[in-house]
Amino acid sequence: MSDFAVVLQNVNFSYDGVPVLEDVSMNVRYGDFLAVLGPNGGGKSTLIKILLGLLKPQKGTVSVLGMDAGQAGGRIGYMPQYTHVSNAVPITVEDAVVMGLVRGGLGGVAGLRTGRDARRKAETALKRVDMLAYRDRRISGLSGGQKQRVFIARALVSDPELLLLDEPTASVDQQHRATLFNLLRELNRDMTIIMVSHDISTVATSVKSVACVNRSLHFHDAPAITDDMFQKTYGGVENSCPVELITHGDIPHRVLEHHHLSDMKDEEE
Amino acid sequence: MEALHMEFMQNALMAGVLASIICGVIGTLVVVNRIVFISGGIAHASYGGVGLAFFLGLPVMPVTTVFALMTAMIMAAVTLRQRERADTVVGVLWAAGMALGIILLDITPGYNVDLMSYLFGSILAVPRGDILDIAGLAFLVMVLTLACYRGFLVMSVDEEFARARGVPVTLLYFLLLGMTALSVVMVIRVVGLILVIALLTIPPYMAERRAKSLGGMMVLSSLLSVFFCVTGLWISYYLDITSGAAIIAVASVTFFISLLIPQRNGAVATN
Repeated sequence: MSDFAVVLQNVNFSYDGVPVLEDVSMNVRYGDFLAVLGPNGGGKSTLIKILLGLLKPQKGTVSVLGMDAGQAGGRIGYMPQYTHVSNAVPITVEDAVVMGLVRGGLGGVAGLRTGRDARRKAETALKRVDMLAYRDRRISGLSGGQKQRVFIARALVSDPELLLLDEPTASVDQQHRATLFNLLRELNRDMTIIMVSHDISTVATSVKSVACVNRSLHFHDAPAITDDMFQKTYGGVENSCPVELITHGDIPHRVLEHHHLSDMKDEEE
Repeated sequence: MEALHMEFMQNALMAGVLASIICGVIGTLVVVNRIVFISGGIAHASYGGVGLAFFLGLPVMPVTTVFALMTAMIMAAVTLRQRERADTVVGVLWAAGMALGIILLDITPGYNVDLMSYLFGSILAVPRGDILDIAGLAFLVMVLTLACYRGFLVMSVDEEFARARGVPVTLLYFLLLGMTALSVVMVIRVVGLILVIALLTIPPYMAERRAKSLGGMMVLSSLLSVFFCVTGLWISYYLDITSGAAIIAVASVTFFISLLIPQRNGAVATN
């Protein structure tokens, strides 16, 4: 058994001949909290889908929790971008969380009732994301941030070993973002987390390592982005800054000190 | 009430109730999975099967059923593989199937089917034998839906999540389109193509706004559908107007009234 929750080796993926990921390799340790950053269209979501086995790379090998991609479905907690979730299906918060316990294969499609055990697990997961009070409400009536928390609960309910989050901070306001990262830090004690984000400021939170994806992948085993990584991922535009300078939110905003990892001349303007 | 003593009226009511149950269950899955357009495509394209049957001199129902099932499988494959182009391809198959049916009927000598009866059905002229057929279909649809309920639920809410958990979404999708094709073909014979689309969409849409679960939505849409059919038949009998159109008129009026009634939880604001 290897020490790595995720191992990618020389993975190539293209859509209709257009390369999306080229020669991507990375090893993610058990217990890691990895932020996958990169511009929109850079291949972040493709990477997540490859880990889930939803897309098959044309070249290279993928191993997730010691198994081939797509085989470890029941041990992975997955939170897709919540915009993918249908609003047209009537379903309560609790039922939606119980869905996270669905088993794979033909055995998973059958069944009408949910056991008491499943209800109890859903309750625990909802408590963890502080949404228990909404258990009987319909999903479609919730705000974006509340939905996001319900879908995190759905990803958690099966006690996964690996948590994959696709853009968890999208549509979450500053205050809830802080709560969300506290929760993720706490969860990280029990499970490996891989989080995709186009928002580079997520690095300043509790992540332990960073991967920048823009066709190629640069893995960095520390919660920082080097100038080199930034240049390769977001392009070498002279005046681009990784952190947005103007933002809404509460005062005070923190500005972190320079890393000595790279010279930071770009950030001084 | 004397209308109920007449056999054709009893048959019409039974056909209406059975069609309502089928459409309530399948229509719910059709609406939440956003495949109304595909269902319309299957329904229209199946006219090609009608034409083919007459042209070849074969029994109409089996040929139409097989034709509709094949169309549904092609549409399922296309919509899964090329989502961006899917609606165009469905549109093409929709039109091509109908045209094929009309051309084949044109060049078939002698007997000709009336396109209008295909479009609007003839619920007042349903024979007993047909009632048994659609009762069998209603049973089949119920059993399959109950057997795969959890799978359909997870797929409808979040297909990508379902796939990630290893739920056989592709299989369920083909099964759903297959069931839709069977239902559409069977129910068209009774109530006509226009009424099938109306019964597949109007009751589930109204039910969705008031239900708290997928199963609840199925039950509620079936009940609404039964109400539309019975009231519509009643009106058509007393006012002597076309039954299919009367049923749709009742459904549409109820639909517009329901839009005026505020619903609980303020769910409208978030849609």
